[in-house]
Amino acid sequence: MAGYVRPDTLDSALAARAKGLRVAAGCTDLFAAVRGPALSGGILDITAIPELRAISETPEHWRLGATATWSDIRLAPLPPAFDGLKAAARELGAAQVQNAGTLGGNLVNASPAADGAPCLLTLEAEVELASRRGTRRLALGDFLTGPRQTALAEDELLTAVLVPKSAAAGHGAFLKLGARRFLVISIAMAAARLDLDGGRVRHAALAVGACSATARRLPAAEAALAGARADAGLAAAITADLVVPGLSPIDDLRASADYRAAAAVTLLRRAVAGLCTGREAAA
Amino acid sequence: MTGMRLSLTVNGATHHVAAPPGRRLSEVLRGELGLFGTKVGCDAGDCGACTVLIDGAPVCACLTPAAQAAGRAISTVEGLSGEGLSRLQRAFLHHGAAQCGICTPGMLMVATALLADRPRPSRAEVEEALGGVLCRCTGYTKIVDAVCDAADAEAPGTPPRAGRAVGAAVERLDGVPKVAGQECFGADAPPAGAWLVRAVRSPHPAARFSFGDLAGWADRNGVRVFTAADLPGENRFGVIPPFADQPALAEGAARFRGEAVAIVAGPEAAVEALDLDAFPVTWERLEAIEAPEAARAARLLHDARPGNLLTGGRVVTGDADAALAAAAHVVAGEMRTRFVEHAYIEPEAGWARVEPDGTLTIRACTQAPVMDRDDTARVLGLPPAAVRIQPAAAGGGFGAKLDLSLQPLVGLAALKTGRPCRMVFGRAESMMATTKRHPGRMRARVGCDAEGRIEGMDFDGVFDTGAYASWGPTVATRVPVHASGPYRIPAYRAETEAIHTNNPVAGAFRGFGVPQAAILQETLFDELAEAAGLDRLDFRLKNALLDGERSVCGQELWGVGIAECLQALAPRWQAALAAAAAANAGGGPLRHGVGLSSCWYGCGNTALPNPSTVRVGITAKGRLRLHQGATDIGQGANTVIAQLLADALGLPLADVDLIGPDTALTPDCGKTSASRQTYVTGKAAVAAGGALRALILARANRGEDSTLRLEGGRLIVADAQGETVLGLSDLPEQDHGYVLMAEESYDPPTVPLDEDGQGVPYAVYGYGAQIAELSVDTELGTVSVHRITAAHDLGRVINPLLAEGQVQGGIAQGLGLALMEEYLPGRTENLHDYLIPTTGDMPEIETIFIEKPDPEGPMGAKGLGEHVLIPTAPAILNAIRHATGARLTEVPALPHRVLAALREAGR
Repeated sequence: MAGYVRPDTLDSALAARAKGLRVAAGCTDLFAAVRGPALSGGILDITAIPELRAISETPEHWRLGATATWSDIRLAPLPPAFDGLKAAARELGAAQVQNAGTLGGNLVNASPAADGAPCLLTLEAEVELASRRGTRRLALGDFLTGPRQTALAEDELLTAVLVPKSAAAGHGAFLKLGARRFLVISIAMAAARLDLDGGRVRHAALAVGACSATARRLPAAEAALAGARADAGLAAAITADLVVPGLSPIDDLRASADYRAAAAVTLLRRAVAGLCTGREAAA
Repeated sequence: MTGMRLSLTVNGATHHVAAPPGRRLSEVLRGELGLFGTKVGCDAGDCGACTVLIDGAPVCACLTPAAQAAGRAISTVEGLSGEGLSRLQRAFLHHGAAQCGICTPGMLMVATALLADRPRPSRAEVEEALGGVLCRCTGYTKIVDAVCDAADAEAPGTPPRAGRAVGAAVERLDGVPKVAGQECFGADAPPAGAWLVRAVRSPHPAARFSFGDLAGWADRNGVRVFTAADLPGENRFGVIPPFADQPALAEGAARFRGEAVAIVAGPEAAVEALDLDAFPVTWERLEAIEAPEAARAARLLHDARPGNLLTGGRVVTGDADAALAAAAHVVAGEMRTRFVEHAYIEPEAGWARVEPDGTLTIRACTQAPVMDRDDTARVLGLPPAAVRIQPAAAGGGFGAKLDLSLQPLVGLAALKTGRPCRMVFGRAESMMATTKRHPGRMRARVGCDAEGRIEGMDFDGVFDTGAYASWGPTVATRVPVHASGPYRIPAYRAETEAIHTNNPVAGAFRGFGVPQAAILQETLFDELAEAAGLDRLDFRLKNALLDGERSVCGQELWGVGIAECLQALAPRWQAALAAAAAANAGGGPLRHGVGLSSCWYGCGNTALPNPSTVRVGITAKGRLRLHQGATDIGQGANTVIAQLLADALGLPLADVDLIGPDTALTPDCGKTSASRQTYVTGKAAVAAGGALRALILARANRGEDSTLRLEGGRLIVADAQGETVLGLSDLPEQDHGYVLMAEESYDPPTVPLDEDGQGVPYAVYGYGAQIAELSVDTELGTVSVHRITAAHDLGRVINPLLAEGQVQGGIAQGLGLALMEEYLPGRTENLHDYLIPTTGDMPEIETIFIEKPDPEGPMGAKGLGEHVLIPTAPAILNAIRHATGARLTEVPALPHRVLAALREAGR
C-alpha cells in the first residue's frame, strides 16, 4: 500500500507496519537519502504517538522512547551515567538535527558511525521491539548486526531503549573525533562509564564507534580497569593491545584504518581520564 | 492519501495546501506558498540554509515531512520583519553579515531561536547554535558578531556626504533584500507555469553511449527529451575561446562523471516523478584516465591535444640552475593538492523563456553575464543580441559560476517547447557537474646566499585540468608568474602543464592555481629561512620586492606593499612566538605553533584584454543611475563601484540608483573573477563619474572644485563664485533616456608575455601576509587554529566593512583548503563527506589594512578577493611544522595525515 500514514496509537502503527510500510521518524537520515522532493512509497510516520516519545523511569529501567529526539535526551533529568549519552546528543549533527532526529532512528539506521550507539552500549541498553506478534527485547549489541543492518523484523517497530538501573550507575563520558568542529560524521568516538567505589573502579564499561562495522564494547580493556585506583594513572591501563584487537576499522575518505585504531585508544584514555579528574579532555 | 489538504500555520497565518504529506516542508513553503526566503542548499540537512522554526525550535525544512509540521507554529524568515527590519536583521546589515545572502535566512532563524532563550549570548553559545548552518562567504565572524550584538543593534548610520563615500564602512547597498529573505536567487520565483528541466548525466568518468527509443520513453512519461542533436548551434563552449571544447550535451562519449548527455523537460509533477535511471541510454564504460601521470601516454580526450596536454606555462629569468648550484643554502620539496569544491550554498539554478519579441531571456546565477550570453547564443545558434542574460542573485560563486552550467540547457528547452523552463541542480549534481580547483603536483628548489638573500628558484607544477579546458590555460599561465611569491628572485625558472584526465573539469577557483603554488613556495621559504639561520619574518622582509624592482617577469613594479604588510605583522609575530613558547613549556600532547605566509596576486586577465564599461546618467526627473554590469556574487561590487562612482562624480552615494547587471541594460563589465572588479570596473566607474562631472561643470560653467546637489529635478552646481541651477527637465533627452550621461571604458595596460614569460602580465597587483597561530594535538593529529592576523595592502580601502568580510571569508576557504577539503569524484558529492569549515572551526581574525596606493588603480585601489585566501593554507602548514616538526607534503592536512607526518618527523 502506497501512501503516508501517521497514526497516533501504537496499535494502529503496528497494524500499518504489518503491511510492510517503511518507518519514518525524525527523517534526518531517511530524507537525506532521498533524491526527490518527497518521501515515496508507503510511509509509516510514528512521530504522532505520544507514548513513543516519553522518557521515564520504571522500577527496573530507565525507559527512553524511540521517538525521543536528541534534544529531548539532552534536556531529560537522567542520572550522571547518562552524561556521555547527553554529550553525544549535543555532538550529533547540529541543533536542527538534534531537534528532529530520534534515538530509535539513529539505532535502526545502524550507521557504523551512529553517535548514539557507543554510550548506549556502555549503559547495557536493550531495545524493545514490538509487532502484532508481541514484544521482545534484545541487547543493543545483538540488535546491531552490521553496517546498516539490524535484527529488526519486517513487521517490527523499535519502541524504546531500556537501560537497566544496575547499569545506570556511575558517570558516563563521550568523546567524538571529526575533521571539523560541528555537524560532522565521526572518524572515531569513544564512550566510557565508570562506577567507582571508594576511589577504585567497581565497574568499567568502554565502547568505541566508527571503528568497526558496529560500535563495540571492549571487555579486555574494561577488565584491565576493574579494581584499579581511579586516579590520573588509570587511563594508562588502556593499551593498544587491549583495544585494537577488538576493533576492525576500515580505510575511508575520513581516515585510515591504522589512524582510527590509534585514535580509539587515545579517545578512550581521555574519556577515562576525564572521568577520573572530573574533567573531560577535549577531543 | 497523497494530495490531502494540510493545514500549515506559517508566521501566524494558516494555509490549507494540497500537498503530499511526505513532501519536504521546504518544497511546500517555496512551491505551494511562494515563501522563497527558505533556501535549499543540499536536501540532506548538511547546510542548514532551509532552517525554519517549528514551535520555536530550529529544524531543517528539507528534512521535515510536511505532515509533521501541520498544526504547529512554523516560522520563516519572512516573518522576522514587521514594519521594518528586526533588530537582528539590522545587526546583520550593520555588521556586513550577509555577503551573497543565501545562508542568511538559515542563520537568522537559528539566531532567532537562540536569542529567544538567551538575549545576550556568549560568543561560544552563538558559535554552537549556528554550527549547523554553513556559510561559504563570510568566514562566520561577522555573522557571530551580529548575533552577539543583536540586542544592541544600532540604528542605521548617517550615509556619507558627497565626496566621502570612498573609505566609509557603508552597509551594502543591496543588503536589505538579503537580510529580509527577499533576495531572488536562481531557484526563486520562476515564471508561472514554467516547465521543469532535468539533465541525464553520465554515471561513468569515461564512457561511450547510445540512446534507445527516446521518443517512446518521452511519450510514456509525458515529457520532452532533447539531446545534442537538437542543439541548433555549435555544440561547444568554453571561457577562453581558442580552447573552447566543452559540449553543452555530450555527443556519443562522456568524458567525466556527471557530464550531461540529454535533458528532459515537462510539467513539474511529471519531471519530478521520472526515474532517470530508466532513461533509454546504453553506456559502454571505458577505462578512466584518473591521473595526469598516466594521462600522458593514454587515450586522447581531445584529438588535437597530444599527450593530453591542454597547455603549459613558463617564466624564466636568469639561470636558475647555476644560481642554485652556487647558493649557500638550498631547500627542495614537493607538494600535492587535491580537487577542491567551491561548495557555494546555492546549487546552480535559473530559468529561460522566449519573450514575445523572440528574445531568449535567461535568468540564472552567474559571474559572467556577457560571456554567458555569447556562449549560449553560439550553442543555440542565435545572434548574441537575441539572448538576454539577467543574472539572478548568485548564492556564492568563487569561480565556478564563470562557466556555463544550465544556461544552454534551459535555453534549449525554452526554445524547443515555447514555454518558460526552469532548472535547479541538486547538491550532488552541482558538485559532480561543475568545475573544481585544480589539483597540483608541484616540485621546487630555492636557494639563498649566506646572508639569506634568495639567489634562485626552480618550480615545476603539473595540474590536473580534468575533462575540458575551462580555465586550465589561465592556471597554467598564472602559476609560473606567481610561484615566486612577492619576492626578489634574480634567477628563476617556473614551468607548468595542465593535463586532461577523466576527472571533473578543473576551472577557476579563487586564485587560479596561485594558492596551490604558494603552499609549496611559502613552506619552502620557511625551511630556507631556517637553513640560513634567519627569523622567518626577517627572511621574507629581506627578500620582499620593493618599489621600482622587477618581478620574475621583468616587470618594474610600483605601489608594492608586501614589506609594509610584513612590517605591520612584526609585533604580533613576536608576541605569537612568545605565547607559543610559553604554552609549550608546560609539555603535554598539545603543541602550539606559529606560521607566516605572504601573498601577491595580479588583478585581471593575464596579459589579455579584459575591459569594463560603465554608464552613468541623470534623468530629466533628477535620478542618478549607475549601470553597474559587474555581477555582485556577495563580494560587494554593487556597493564598492557605486562608492567610487559617487566620489568621482561628486554626488552623495545615497543618490545612486543601481541598474543591472543585465545584458540588455548594462554595458559589459566583464566577469567577476581575477580580483578585477574593484580595480577594472572601479576604474571605469571613476572615469565615467569624472566624465559626467566634467560635462556638468562645463554646462554650468563652474570650476573644478564645485559641489553638486541633486534636488528634485534640479542639479545645483556651486563653486566659490556662486551657483548654477540646471533644470534637468529643460535639457534635451539623449541616448538611453538621460539628459546628462557619460560612458567610459577601461582596459588594464598589459604587455604580452614572450616565450620566457617576460612582459607585463598585470597592471596592478595586491599584496598581503598572514600569521596563523594554532595548536596540534600530537596524539590525534588534529589542528586547531586559534588566531589569524592578516595584513593586506589594498592600495586604498574603498569599504573597510566589506573588505574585512572578504578577508575573513578568504581565510575560511584557505583554512578549508589546508585542513579538510578534498573532493573525490563519486565519493564526496554531498556536504557531509565534503567538509567545509563551520562556525566552530574559525579562528579569531585580526585584519590590518595597508594603503600603499597603486599608481594605476582607481583612487589607488588594488584587488583583494583572491589574495586573501592565498596565505592562509601555507601559514597553517608552517605553523604545524613550527609546533611539531611535522612537514606535510599534501593537503588537506587531515588528522591521519598530520599524525603520519608527526611520526615521520619522529615526534
